[in-house]
Amino acid sequence: MSGDDAPLLSVRALTIAVPGPSGEEVAAVDGVSFDVESGEIVALVGESGCGKTLTSLALVDLVPPPVRVVSGDVFFAGRDVRMLPPREKERLRGGGIGLVFQEPAAALDPVRTIGWELTTVLERHRGMSRKAARIEAQRWLHRVALPDPERQMHAFPYQLSGGMRQRALLALALAGGPRLLVADEPTAALDVTVQAQVIELLLALRQELSLAVLLVTHDLGVVAEAADRVLVMYAGEIVESAPARELFAHPRHPYTRALLAARPGSEAPDSGRLAALRGAVPEPGRRPSGCAFEPRCDEAFGRCAAARPSLVPTGAGAEAACFLLDAKPGARVL
Amino acid sequence: MSAGPPAPLLSVNDLHKTFATGAGRVKALRGVAFDLAAGETLALVGESGSGKTTAARLVLRLTAPDRGSVLFDGIDWLALSARELNRRRREVGVVFQDPATSLDPRLTIAEIVAEPLAIHGIGARSERRFLVAELVASVGLPTSAMARLPRSLSGGQRQRVAIARALATGPRLVVLDEPVSALDVSIRSQILNLLKSLQRGAPSRPAYLFIGHDLSVVRWIADRTAVMYLGRIVEEAPTAALFASPRHPYTALLLASRPREAPGPRSAPLAVPGDPPSPVAPPSGCPFHPRCASAQPVCAQEVPALVAGPAEGGRSVACHAPLGGG
Repeated sequence: MSGDDAPLLSVRALTIAVPGPSGEEVAAVDGVSFDVESGEIVALVGESGCGKTLTSLALVDLVPPPVRVVSGDVFFAGRDVRMLPPREKERLRGGGIGLVFQEPAAALDPVRTIGWELTTVLERHRGMSRKAARIEAQRWLHRVALPDPERQMHAFPYQLSGGMRQRALLALALAGGPRLLVADEPTAALDVTVQAQVIELLLALRQELSLAVLLVTHDLGVVAEAADRVLVMYAGEIVESAPARELFAHPRHPYTRALLAARPGSEAPDSGRLAALRGAVPEPGRRPSGCAFEPRCDEAFGRCAAARPSLVPTGAGAEAACFLLDAKPGARVL
Repeated sequence: MSAGPPAPLLSVNDLHKTFATGAGRVKALRGVAFDLAAGETLALVGESGSGKTTAARLVLRLTAPDRGSVLFDGIDWLALSARELNRRRREVGVVFQDPATSLDPRLTIAEIVAEPLAIHGIGARSERRFLVAELVASVGLPTSAMARLPRSLSGGQRQRVAIARALATGPRLVVLDEPVSALDVSIRSQILNLLKSLQRGAPSRPAYLFIGHDLSVVRWIADRTAVMYLGRIVEEAPTAALFASPRHPYTALLLASRPREAPGPRSAPLAVPGDPPSPVAPPSGCPFHPRCASAQPVCAQEVPALVAGPAEGGRSVACHAPLGGG
């Protein structure tokens, strides 16, 4: 599992279990496989409770107990992440793989300045001297569009607004020189003009450094703006994978179509109503035995409740898991 | 005296509010004025620190302004005594962003919805059970939800409870403070549909003051939109006109910063540098001038007044050099 043509990140049949309602383990992520190539921005989308965040935590082996990875493999740069010795795992986090998670307030040490955090990362992962690290730290604060970087070096997390903390975290994740950035809702706390700056930064870093990004989000606007490829997750499984333009132009899975249709601006003119998905994502352990989306799907038919569809290629580099695609080949590909 | 347009339901004039914080005195509002007609939806949009939430809190009388007035149904809302205010609060409902923290976790859904009815003495005790059931059904919750606690409901269901509670007293004004910002896209559209149908269907035909930052949501729900920047309204217009042809450069920046609906080439760069300046030390003159591409010397000197343009269909702009000439 090495060699030059192997993808930067390769996830195979990842299954993650959480404690169920009556104590037994139930699968929250169920047999998920995908690759991320160097320089590629891949979005992982879906509603809350679909397993997006657990999947991204598993990439750096940070799934919090009692949740655990039951089976599957995660290869980064040809190496099996779960098998790495503890010290190398530490080096991987923040070194090879940069991480930005939600809740920036919890991710920063309240008694350390932003400058201290950044210089420490630069010394540890990039082997810089203290002096060089301070200069580089300021450069990163500037790049993430934090106003007045020189002053922010001395700021404590509580002195920053939510949006500024989010950008400080992004600087922290990028300063270690990662080849892959895993960013969970990196723009959710940001104002729209700042969000635009962060998206442009990610696009620029991909260009300059071949940075790969796994963008975990439920904001389809951010996806449209930044992603090369999109993975749609539903109830712990990937139900569609497609190049971004293909996904927006020709969504294959009814769930993808429903997500796109629910955006304000997508409704039929003068209908005065937005397309709404009925019901909610089933909890782990309460998932139907057939297609997990069947109870919410307007296009379901007999077979959908009986068996679970698997991902099949549907052309144009896309894959989807839906019986409609083989019941009426090509019919849904508009 | 008989002719002329009807008086607005809500009329806000020259509101000023300064907060003392550790970082200095934050000028949250610096002369905000707007009107809201009965049954209409006005959105206040803007980024963090623009003052939109403070304006809503003043209307709700959760905090008092330093200066300015709020007329509700022609009465001086800020001058009401505590007792009169309590009597009239039933006419104003509110829904906050996060139903997880705005609902009392120890009360059942039925108790949460019944509380405002009891406080305002609406209906006899026996009648109230019926009213609560009707309210719970009107927001699309099953009857079985009535005996449950907030934590056993999903985020979308909790927001339905918050809406039922806000509408319980038959308010003529409902303040919606980022009511769908915490919800997934699919649930968000359910709640937005619900808000719109309740506005049309509720006997009190409430007006909505909608606080939001998601412009696609605002475009869908609001009749009129006011754009705020550093404590001031910089542009106010019928929503369709505002989105079609923004006149204030900041409105144009906000619209241009929106992510597109589908991937494809961009005609203009997505981002412009710069953050909204700190409300502790707002710039002189027009608060937007340091980020404005069309700023002129006068912009750093004089605060532009919010003036209605001629033949603008009810649009006002506060700019020395508005876009779109004419």
